[in-house]
Amino acid sequence: MSRFVINARGVDQRDLNGRVRAAAEAGNEAVVLRNVHGQRYIGTSLRKPVKVDVYGTPGNDLGAFMDGPTIEVHGNAQDGLGNTMNSGEIIVHGGAGDVLAMSMRGGRVFVEGNVGYRCAIHLKEYGSKVPVIVIGGTAQDFFGEYMAGGRVVLLGLGGDGLAANFIGTGMHGGAIFIRGRVDPEQLGKEVGVAEPDEADQAFLAGVIEDYRRRFGRGRGAGRGRGAGQIPTEGFVKLYPRFLRPYGRLYAQ
Amino acid sequence: MPFFAPAQFIVDRDDARCIRCKVCVNQCSFEVHSYDAETDEVRSRDERCVGCHRCEALCPTRALAVRFNPMEIRPNANWRPEHIRDLQRQADTGGVLLTGAGNDKPFRIYWDHLLLNASQVTNPSIDPLREPMELRTFLGRKPDRLDFDDLDGELTTELGPQLVVETPIVFSGMSYGAISYNAHLALNQAAQEFGTLYNTGEGGWPAEFRRFGNRTIVQCASGRFGIDLDYLESAAAVEIKIGQGAKPGIGGHLPAEKVTAPVARTRMIPAGTDALSPAPQHDIYSIEDLAMLIGALKEATGYAKPVCVKISAVHNAAAIASGAVRAGADIIAIDGLRGGTGAAPKVIRDNVGIPIELALAAVHDRLVKEGIRNHASILAAGGIRSSADVVKAIALGADAVYIGTAALVAMGCTLCQMCYTGKCNWGIAVTDPWLTKRLNPDIATRHLVNLLRAWSLEIKEMLGGMGINAIESLRGNRLQLRGVGLEDWELKVLGVRGAGA
Repeated sequence: MSRFVINARGVDQRDLNGRVRAAAEAGNEAVVLRNVHGQRYIGTSLRKPVKVDVYGTPGNDLGAFMDGPTIEVHGNAQDGLGNTMNSGEIIVHGGAGDVLAMSMRGGRVFVEGNVGYRCAIHLKEYGSKVPVIVIGGTAQDFFGEYMAGGRVVLLGLGGDGLAANFIGTGMHGGAIFIRGRVDPEQLGKEVGVAEPDEADQAFLAGVIEDYRRRFGRGRGAGRGRGAGQIPTEGFVKLYPRFLRPYGRLYAQ
Repeated sequence: MPFFAPAQFIVDRDDARCIRCKVCVNQCSFEVHSYDAETDEVRSRDERCVGCHRCEALCPTRALAVRFNPMEIRPNANWRPEHIRDLQRQADTGGVLLTGAGNDKPFRIYWDHLLLNASQVTNPSIDPLREPMELRTFLGRKPDRLDFDDLDGELTTELGPQLVVETPIVFSGMSYGAISYNAHLALNQAAQEFGTLYNTGEGGWPAEFRRFGNRTIVQCASGRFGIDLDYLESAAAVEIKIGQGAKPGIGGHLPAEKVTAPVARTRMIPAGTDALSPAPQHDIYSIEDLAMLIGALKEATGYAKPVCVKISAVHNAAAIASGAVRAGADIIAIDGLRGGTGAAPKVIRDNVGIPIELALAAVHDRLVKEGIRNHASILAAGGIRSSADVVKAIALGADAVYIGTAALVAMGCTLCQMCYTGKCNWGIAVTDPWLTKRLNPDIATRHLVNLLRAWSLEIKEMLGGMGINAIESLRGNRLQLRGVGLEDWELKVLGVRGAGA
C-alpha cells in the first residue's frame, strides 16, 4: 500500500491541506500526518477514499464537508469534527470537542471517549444514506438537537455518566440510543423513549462490534473491551414523537 | 365557537357575463368558487378569498372583480381592522400568526425621500444612447494596493476571486421549497442569459440546475440543507446566511404542506415534516466561529470562490458587518426590514429590524472608517422596487443589490402574502406539482430578463444624467443624493444633505 508521510510541524493549515490533497491525488492510498498541532480543516476538500492517519492534535472542523476518506486521529480531536460531512469515516482515539458532526449527511464517526456540547445536531437522512455516530463515553447538552435522521449511539463507557440536558430538542427524524439511565427531564419535549426493538438490537450489536474492533486494543475508554465485554443490553431508544414537532406552534 | 370573521375581499361576479366555464372554480386553490349543477350557478365564498386575483385574471368574460372589503366598522385609529382580525384568530387558535412576503407597514421608505442629482452645463450630462456606460460590477475582496511589474507594467498583485455581473442587480436567495421548481428554473435561466447571478436560498439545489453553476450563489444556512462538496464546487460563490430581513434573529420552519417528496430528497429530511432551520447556525456562536466556517468553505472550494455573509439589517448592523469582514467575508449582504419571506411569524416580519437604507449607509460608513471597505463588496437587499432604488442604494454605498420580491412580481406574484400556505395560485411560492405547472418557466424567464434589461437601461439614463459613465463612480457617492422631508438625524445617518443645501 502506498503511504505518504507529512511532517506537519510549522506547516500552516492551507499548505498542509494542499499537501494532503496532492498526496491523495497522486494516488497514495494512505497519508500519515505527524506532529499535527491545531491545523484546521484536515480532510475537508478530500474526495478520494484515502486513509489519513493524524498524529498529534488536529484543529477545528476536521473532515468538514468530507466526502469519502477515512481519517483516524491518534489522540483527541477538537470542535466541529465532521461538520456537514457527506461520506467516509472518522475515528478518534480519544475525545472530541463541541459541535461534533453537525448536519452530517452520511458516513460514520467513531469517538472512543467523550464529546462536548451541541453534538449530532440536525443530522440528515434520505433513503439509504444514513449517518451513524458512535461515542464510547458521554455527551453534553443539546445532544441530537433538531435531528432529522441518522443513528447516534452513546455507549456510556468510562463511567462519566450522562449529565446532558435538552437531549433531542426539536428531533423530527432518526434515532438516538443511550446505554444507561436517562432522566425524562434531560430530554427535549419532542422526544419519546422506547426499548430498542429487534432491528435496533441488531444495529447496536453491529456498531458495538465495529467500536470494539477500532478501540479494543487501545488505551482509552475502549481498552480491553474484547468480544462480549461491551454490554449490548441496557439501551434506551430516543425517537421523535412527532413528524411535525412545531406544527401546532402556528395559527392554522 | 369561531369568531365572526368578515371577509377581507369581496368577489363580485357579473352573472350576466358568467358563462359557467368553471375556470375560477378550477383555478382557486383556496376553494372560493364552487359550481352548483342543480341551479347552474357559480357561487363564491368571499371569506376564503386572499386577494390574489388569479380568477379575475383568467376569467374569459371578465365577469369577476375582486375588491378589498373596507370593513366599515367604527373608525378607530388605534384598534384597526388588522389588529382585531389578528387578535380574533389568535383567540381562536392560540397560535403564532404566519405570513409571507415582506413588511407591509408604513414605516418610512427612505428611497422615497431621496432625490438624485443631474448635471447642468458645467459638467455636462452624458448621452447613454451614444456613449458607452459601464454597469459591469465585480463582487469580492479587493486588494489594499496594486503592484505592477516595473518592466512590462503588468499587474503583479494577486486578486481574490471575483463575481462578475453585467448589471448591479442579483437575484436574492429564495429556497427550493419556498418557491417552486419552475420559479427556480426561470431565475437560473434569466441570470444565465443576462449575465447576473441566481441564489439557491437554503433549500438545496436540484442537481439538474448545476449546469447554471457559473452564475449561481449557493447558500449555507442553519438547516444546512443539501450541502455537499458537489454543491459547493458547482457554484460561483457560497453565501453563509446568518439572517434574513423579514425575520431577523429567528430561523425558519418550511411548513410540511410544502415539503413534497422532491423537496424532502433535496433537503435530506423526512417527507411530511416541517423543514426546520434553527435560529442560529449551531456552529456559529461568535465572530471567531463565523471565521471558522468561512475558512472551511474556502478550504472546501480551493480558495477559488468568494464567500458572502448575509445578515439582517438590525440595530448594530455596522459592527456585525465589520466583524464578518474581519472574519474573512468577501461580500456582505444586508437584508432590510422590508425583505420578503416564504413564511415568517407576522409579529417578527412587521416589528424586527431596520430599513435597509439606514443600515446600508451605516455599514458602508463603518467599513470606510475602519479602512476595510475594499475587503468586501456590499449587496443591499430588502425592498428594492425600481431602478431608482438601485441607483440610490449604490449611491449610499452598495456595490449591487439583491432583488427577491421584485423578481417574483415580474413572474406574476400579486403579493397576496399567502406564500406560507403552499397554495400559491400563480405557481410561484408553491411545491404542489399541479400548481407549479401554472408557471411557465420560459415565459417567466422572459419577464425576468425584460425586467433586468429595463432597469439597466434606466440606470444608464440616470447615470448619464449625473455625468457618470461607470456605476463604480456612483458607489458611495452621496453627493448625488439629497433628502426631502427627513429629520436631521436621518440625514446624518444617511450621510446626505437636505435638498437645496
